[in-house]
Amino acid sequence: MFLNFSILVRYNFNKERIMVKSKICCTSQDRISQKTSPKWYCCTIETPGGMVPKISTNLTLSDYLGSAMARSSINRKHYHIRPGLYATGNPDKNSFVFVTANYKLTFDHLRKNMKGIDGWILVLDTEGINVWCAAGKGTFGTEELVKQVEQTGIKEIVSHRKLILPQLGAPGVAAHEVKKKTGFTVIYGPVRAADIPLFLTNELQSSGKMREVSFHVLDRLILTPIELAGTLKYCVLLFIFFIIYSWILAGNASFSQVLAKAFHSFLPFLGAVLTGTVIVPVILPFIPGKAFALKGWIGGIIWAAIYLFVIRNTFAWIVIVPYGLLLPALSAFLAMNFTGATSYTSLSGVLHEMKYALPFILVSAGAGISFFIVIAVIQNLV
Amino acid sequence: MKQRYFKNVVTLQYNKDNCTGCGMCVEVCPRGVFAMNGKKAIINDRNACIECGACMKNCAFNAISVRPGVGCAYAIIMGRLKGTEPGCGCGDSSSACCG
Ligand code: SF4
Ligand code: SF4
Repeated sequence: MFLNFSILVRYNFNKERIMVKSKICCTSQDRISQKTSPKWYCCTIETPGGMVPKISTNLTLSDYLGSAMARSSINRKHYHIRPGLYATGNPDKNSFVFVTANYKLTFDHLRKNMKGIDGWILVLDTEGINVWCAAGKGTFGTEELVKQVEQTGIKEIVSHRKLILPQLGAPGVAAHEVKKKTGFTVIYGPVRAADIPLFLTNELQSSGKMREVSFHVLDRLILTPIELAGTLKYCVLLFIFFIIYSWILAGNASFSQVLAKAFHSFLPFLGAVLTGTVIVPVILPFIPGKAFALKGWIGGIIWAAIYLFVIRNTFAWIVIVPYGLLLPALSAFLAMNFTGATSYTSLSGVLHEMKYALPFILVSAGAGISFFIVIAVIQNLV
Repeated sequence: MKQRYFKNVVTLQYNKDNCTGCGMCVEVCPRGVFAMNGKKAIINDRNACIECGACMKNCAFNAISVRPGVGCAYAIIMGRLKGTEPGCGCGDSSSACCG
């Protein structure tokens, strides 16, 4: 699921990609070499616990493109930040300590919202994974937090004993255990980093809205290309299959005729894929039912009807039956996979849904495919 | 609009006797499932629970239990196929299950 909540990050990431700024925070004398360190790193400040790197709260073009970290990142997908303590502004012993994950986008999101705030940022080693996901896995967890608190010397640097954690880290961190082991009180801050300034003026209280994850049309729309991309490989394979199939049966037709024929065969499936990965997720709340598979199936039935009765203009049962079995099953399956992208599904709920939907989908799709094969064999033999 | 999934499927259990009324569950739940009723917590919106496990983890008095997991069909199917626990899918899939 759980990009689930990093959709929030991604959403903001996209939105703010447009506003690009390029600034460095410090004077040239303490600026460190550009070659070896990322642009957001400004300088170091001296503390009773040792030197702490200071970071910029402005995101630069390279942050957005990820190029600075991409070079030093361990794998292509995740930009890692070195775990440890960082400073924003000019923090002192009374400044707040914010805890975050070492996923570059999460980190960027936090520091950008730290503009004008003198604070400490404690980065945990979550293996380059966002807070919510890492909390589920336990890497954003009690143990790692305790370890970083000990290692960074934060006890010498601040005189208070409070840590502000993103609320979505709570599944991994037991506040009472952190207190027992380190003496620090964990305060869960808002779900969205953008609410941090308000959280601070509210004297470290999150209002109800700040605590809840929401999921809107825009969030769903932003996720659909990801869903679609996941099916791309299979779409290409299917299309190639149809090209080969049409070509074998083509006799002496030209290549463009083969291609056109293959596309005609491919079109209904493409429609079912788009229905399951884009259309159904976007209009999710407006389709009746709770089960994602059911919503996908309804969408698939509508698409099958459009394809058969409008595009193909056919009423022959020999065409209607196999498409009617296969296309909605395909849309249902893809829509069911969208469960992980929303913020309101539970493991038990998905298991409940799968228990009924999966056999139905498999039988329906299997029957549809068998039907196609039988028809193809008969047609080509006769 | 707060969306909810199926009714009465989640594994969330709350034992009132153990509750000291510390309020932590209300604070950590991303779905507003718990509320305070005087000196005790109550389950206010059970069907909104997504089984993230935050409440259980942060209740110091063992008043809450839930089977935490990810509500992602893709992760569950992949987990079954690979014989691993359904995880986030982070790092090895292009699915939206992943961050
Ligand atoms: S966290 Fe536990 S003890 Fe505290 S209010 Fe909730 S149920 Fe009660
Ligand atoms: S498991 Fe998560 S969503 Fe469910 S009640 Fe606990 S904190 Fe809330």
